[in-house]
Amino acid sequence: MIIAAVPGFPGNQTSLNPVGPGAGRIEGEFALIFWITAIVYCLVLIALIVYVARRRHSMSDIPEPMPTTPQSDRWAKVAVSGAMVVTVLLLFTMMIGSFVTGHALGNMNRQTAYTIDVYAHQWWWEVQYPNDEPYKTVVTANEIHVPLGVQLRIHGTSRDVIHSFWAPNVQGKRDLMPGYDTDVMMQIDQPGRWRGQCAEYCGEQHAHMSFYMVAEPNHQFQQWLEQQAQSSIAPSTPQTVHGQQVFLSHACVMCHTIRGTPAGSRVGPDLTHLASRATIAAGLLPNTIGNLGGWILNAQALKPGCSMPPNQMTGSDLQDLLAYLGTLK
Amino acid sequence: MITTTAIESTAELTDQERLQAARLESVWREPRGWGWFKAVHHTTIGKRYAVTAFVFFGLAGLLAGGMRLQLAFPEAHILSNDLYNQFFTMHGSTMMFLFAVPMMFEALSVYLVPLMVGTRNIAFPRLNAYSYYLYLFGGLMFYVAFLCNTGADRGWFSYVPLAGPDYGPGKRPDFWAQLITFTEVSGLAVAVEIVVTVFKLRAPGMSLNRIPIFVWGQVVTAFMVIFSLPGVVLSSTMLLLDRTCNTQFFNPAVGGDVLLFQHLFWWFGHPEVYIIFIPGTAVISTIVTTFSRRHVFGYLVLVLSLVATGFMAFGLWVHHMFATGIPQIAESYFTAASMMIAIPTGAQIFCWIATLATGKVVLKTPMWWAIGFFFVFIMGGMTGIFVASVPVDLQVHDTYFVVAHFHYVLIGGAVFPLFGAIAYWFPKVTGRMMSEKLGQATFWLFFIGFNITFFPMHLVGLRGMPRRVYTYPANMGWTTLNQIESLGYVLLFIAVCLLLVNVSRSLRHGAPAGSNPWKAGTLEWATMSPPPHYNFLHLPTVNGREALWDAAPNQPVVVGLDEDVRSFLMTRSLDAEPDTRDEFPRPTIWPFLAAVATSIAFIASIFTPWGITLGAIPVAITMIGWFWPDRQPAEHRRTREIWQSE
Amino acid sequence: MKSLIAIAGLLCVCAFAGCKREQRVFDPGSSGSQPANGVALNEVHAGGPIQVPDQGPYEESAYAVGEGKRLFSAFNCVGCHNHGGGGIGPALMDAKWIYGSHPQQIYSSIVQGRPDGMPSFAGKIPDYQVWELVAYVRSMSGQLPTDVAPGRSDEIQVKKAEQAKKKEHPPDETPQKIQKGQP
Repeated sequence: MIIAAVPGFPGNQTSLNPVGPGAGRIEGEFALIFWITAIVYCLVLIALIVYVARRRHSMSDIPEPMPTTPQSDRWAKVAVSGAMVVTVLLLFTMMIGSFVTGHALGNMNRQTAYTIDVYAHQWWWEVQYPNDEPYKTVVTANEIHVPLGVQLRIHGTSRDVIHSFWAPNVQGKRDLMPGYDTDVMMQIDQPGRWRGQCAEYCGEQHAHMSFYMVAEPNHQFQQWLEQQAQSSIAPSTPQTVHGQQVFLSHACVMCHTIRGTPAGSRVGPDLTHLASRATIAAGLLPNTIGNLGGWILNAQALKPGCSMPPNQMTGSDLQDLLAYLGTLK
Repeated sequence: MITTTAIESTAELTDQERLQAARLESVWREPRGWGWFKAVHHTTIGKRYAVTAFVFFGLAGLLAGGMRLQLAFPEAHILSNDLYNQFFTMHGSTMMFLFAVPMMFEALSVYLVPLMVGTRNIAFPRLNAYSYYLYLFGGLMFYVAFLCNTGADRGWFSYVPLAGPDYGPGKRPDFWAQLITFTEVSGLAVAVEIVVTVFKLRAPGMSLNRIPIFVWGQVVTAFMVIFSLPGVVLSSTMLLLDRTCNTQFFNPAVGGDVLLFQHLFWWFGHPEVYIIFIPGTAVISTIVTTFSRRHVFGYLVLVLSLVATGFMAFGLWVHHMFATGIPQIAESYFTAASMMIAIPTGAQIFCWIATLATGKVVLKTPMWWAIGFFFVFIMGGMTGIFVASVPVDLQVHDTYFVVAHFHYVLIGGAVFPLFGAIAYWFPKVTGRMMSEKLGQATFWLFFIGFNITFFPMHLVGLRGMPRRVYTYPANMGWTTLNQIESLGYVLLFIAVCLLLVNVSRSLRHGAPAGSNPWKAGTLEWATMSPPPHYNFLHLPTVNGREALWDAAPNQPVVVGLDEDVRSFLMTRSLDAEPDTRDEFPRPTIWPFLAAVATSIAFIASIFTPWGITLGAIPVAITMIGWFWPDRQPAEHRRTREIWQSE
Repeated sequence: MKSLIAIAGLLCVCAFAGCKREQRVFDPGSSGSQPANGVALNEVHAGGPIQVPDQGPYEESAYAVGEGKRLFSAFNCVGCHNHGGGGIGPALMDAKWIYGSHPQQIYSSIVQGRPDGMPSFAGKIPDYQVWELVAYVRSMSGQLPTDVAPGRSDEIQVKKAEQAKKKEHPPDETPQKIQKGQP
């Protein structure tokens, strides 16, 4: 009903289009507060306008002050007391609604939830899918695939400053702070790519720190997870072989990991399955060859202040590198 | 018996009164020329506070214009990300620390409270002057830093670790932290003066239940200042120590805590917004009373609501931290408290509407601003209930929804009452009336422009736009709303310009005001416009809540105070019975020098810890000069008292 | 009027004074972003003098030194040099400089590598980031002014903050006393 009141808006990255029980319950409390406060606001202001209009005196002079007696103020006393009683009752209603909603959100089951670790960096999201067998742990960045209809536990912290993990279609936000480990429970019931964004000012590129939660049926999710757990395949064509050499001999190797190659740095996002992601630069650009090339050559022009330096290389080197990165599915 | 009926001008005085006025004027006169730095009278200092605060309001408004320009287009490059971060931090810090509190609390109370309680000066006049200079120097420091590319850029609440030594290189957060120190010392000083003025310097007969609501509001605010400001002084000092002295307060790796900063800051931060809002309600009570032509309905309820709000404001601070993952039971407590504070505020609103509904409403410019306050502030209060509820807050926190909320409550709760206060008290401060036509045009432009600018922010926040973003992608569906908001800014800008035109024109060509053009009831209207430096020719006594409306036909005045010196009467706290008398200090240069020394110490400490230790020496010297006892008046007084007792 | 001019003049002076420390250059341009390869250590050159790059801009910008600090950990300099105290590699916070303490000399050490274990980072780090590292390395021995050098880090404390470090005097930067009677 709220959507009807706000005409024509898209459904992504908004709390008014819930796709799971978390955001759904919040929208319920939102609607309760919205209707109560809207009606109260209108009533109070109509009363104000009516009385000002009725009691206004001529503009030309200021009359002498009126005497007031307890009798003259009697109906005012009754009216104000009545309004106070109604106010208290309505406030209690909204407050209890808030407690009920909060309680329900807090009761989302922790034990059986599927855990995903999120580590917030300036200005990207490191995502890990822990596994009892360490070699099966998946490390990726900025794109969080989740199974539909399954309770999720996003276990998060920050590696530097305070960030906030917020996917409004799914759940309320949670601040990720250094020195604190936090759990937030979520569940997504509608398939799709639900956009989220950092919601706590974290420095120069706070505006460009987004992520996507990709909700898909469980079998698809398991397929994706297995694929992500693989090492990268060795390049086979001369172009991609040379591209890998470009990767390993330039600055890339100082910050990025590609499993299956000697590159193992954890400073920047894991690139082992870069080509399987739909966006780059924390949701800034679609993952196309042109965008990726521009990002590699001069990330500072696109996201000034971010940690990726500009890289100079010849055109053919860049093309080979892009061809190699395109094989990292 | 001489009465306190309003004195229109010196033409009405008897010869004896004229002599008396001349004597008082010679004793209370403020020095000219270089003596500008020696002024200690509260009306002088109050006017300086108001003008300075308005200049900062203008600067912060221009910064907002830059922000709106940058946000009018997706992925715009009008302001770089670094510059935008400085802009929104400077805008927020200026509005909160350099405009809102200095204007709503310091300027209004320093100028009006001594007049409204019927005394000749504020308590501790030299401290008053000192506090003004500190405020001025702190603001100047902040803006000079901004011009040197060292403007604070970590948000007006400057969270750690982003503002900490590791992630905030350079000196920008240090200047923010010292701005806090300047403005909070200044605020604390004025708070102490107001409490003492209101409890000890009231006119005889002004018992607690006859204190004007405006004064009640300011004294509640003063208590809130005293209890809340230490929180931010602590957090900003700890930040400065972490950045310059290797302390570990906020270093999680060795046992420090980043949330400690937030708790200390918001312990202050929540009462801060009530420090800004309660003087606004005080102004609205005054305007509604005067322009409904009756005593305000529910005086006791209003006073108790002010006190209750003052107390409850200290129990809400964690609602700024709902997203940090605190335990559910703690969150529930703060939700309950945040919603319950709507009860006293609601009581005030209903009492004002009842006053209007049973009075004769006069629609002059101040009353229009009061009506605008109702529309805007109540909307902000309603969205406050949204953010008070934890689940809903977890969706709207740190989005434009909350930006809309706090602009509605702050502009509605402070700026609208302030512009009403300007229209209302301008005749008293300057002796001239403002233009009604320009005043109403200003109101409508501002009201419409405000709603066009800030209402869409609710929607764009619900559509997912976070705060403090220097730009946004074009495909998010936020562009149109942002453009509407930026256009609304233009109307706001024109409205404020119109206000300035009105002020400047009225200063030169406004109709002479007389002492009580609104036929109001409080004591400041009992004297000339502008008030002479001795405030009242005859110190008044009070017979009811509205001193002038309830004055008896032969309302007595205070006699017997020595008029050769700056004497004043102290009365008892509860019933304002005359108690004792003392002397106010004469104009002196020491507060200015002490403020200069203190400023040097504070600014030096940004660059070296030795700044405080070595800088304390000049401060001590100036303090010694300040407090050096003046033998003559004490002996003179003793001689007089011995003579009088014989 | 005169006071207004005086104030405006003061503001202009301030505008220049504080600028450099707070400079934030995110995009160093094409010359700064090429992979680091080398820098001339003096001006003597076949064909005429050349300009030795002036590293002031990096040593005067607190942001650049802060970036250098971040890169010092990110590129694992701490693996051998720890946080300046040395270990596998020599200490960087003292007055002893095996290969010289001037910025160009430190740059060369990083880019060329050095015998007995210092890797060569030629081609691996963009030029401007090497200069940021150089500025940070110099701050570790207290060479930078206290308002530019970094404060304490948000880690376990293993040393004083660079801004609190007493300035060391490397022999090649300290003028040597000339002894009497010696040519």
